[in-house]
Amino acid sequence: MAVLECNALTKRYGKTPALEDVTFAIEPGRIVGLLGPNGSGKTTLIKLANGLLTPTAGDIRICGTAPGRATRSVVSYLPERTCIPLWMTTRQLMDFYQDFYRDFRRDAAEEMLRHLNIRENQHIKQMSKGTREKVQLIMVMSRAASLYLLDEPIGGVDPATRDYILSTIISNYNPEAAVVISTHLIADVERVLDEVIFINQGRLVLQASVDEIREEKGMSVDELFREVFKC
Amino acid sequence: MLWQFNSGSPIYSQLIHQIKQGIVSGIFPPGERLPSVRDLATEAGVNPNTMQRALAELERDGLVYSQRTAGRFVTEDKDMIEAAKRGLAEAQIHAFLTAMTHLGYEKEEILTLVRQESEREATEHGGSGM
Repeated sequence: MAVLECNALTKRYGKTPALEDVTFAIEPGRIVGLLGPNGSGKTTLIKLANGLLTPTAGDIRICGTAPGRATRSVVSYLPERTCIPLWMTTRQLMDFYQDFYRDFRRDAAEEMLRHLNIRENQHIKQMSKGTREKVQLIMVMSRAASLYLLDEPIGGVDPATRDYILSTIISNYNPEAAVVISTHLIADVERVLDEVIFINQGRLVLQASVDEIREEKGMSVDELFREVFKC
Repeated sequence: MLWQFNSGSPIYSQLIHQIKQGIVSGIFPPGERLPSVRDLATEAGVNPNTMQRALAELERDGLVYSQRTAGRFVTEDKDMIEAAKRGLAEAQIHAFLTAMTHLGYEKEEILTLVRQESEREATEHGGSGM
């Protein structure tokens, strides 16, 4: 069964269309790039999958179920902006995640924090923006979820941290789960992806595997993106 | 091992090429166990399914083999490794010859140039005491 499935999914904000008639499915074990220029509907799609927005028409399903309370236990979401409580220490944040999510793997979180030399008694408030992003990503990836929705996980961090984040995603890879990464930094994530979904102005333009694109077009996904979305 | 990728060709075929190079150059010695798919994928910074596909193809060619529970191993067949080495060398030479032909050189000129260059390099290295 598909982990994430959209059927003729449409979302309008008042009269402004954000997504129009989007249909696709993401199978387990896949790492998928949700790619599109600014304002193409990436975040809207992720928020629909989270149940933070409701569709205007069509439907969206997580493991066969419409987003809601039940799906929250299998979806691990990294929002576009960091939203972890600043007053907490890293340890308190782990307690918090452990209370909320039965699938939270505390040992995995602790190991990643150790690897990045982030102390458990350090307050989130005292951390740099990049470190906060790392901490939040560690919490999100430490859940044994069926679907990871990562909205711009590498937007605000330096290239070395970017590499660490991508390797965190690879090393937490689980053949039963799917990962959706929304980004416009394609060249950086391309190698990590199985397939890509291009959206533009709320419409699905393309769903293909990275190596299919490279094989058939003789160019990278980054190059194809520049060609398709040429301004 | 240093992993590098270009943009023109599929990632799995670039992985095959680089693992082959690792085997031929002894980074992955004959008969030795390869790291797991996940570890190799993490190290190369690529998708685990793509790494899996590359290894499956190398297995089909016989350069690596898997043992159900123990993992994947480099072949112990030295002839096969030698043949792979030869294949990589031929591909290098072919690419070089094509590039030289584009520059307008004839076969004989190319061979003369190669000989001159390698002799010059040898004396330079000799001079510096290397």
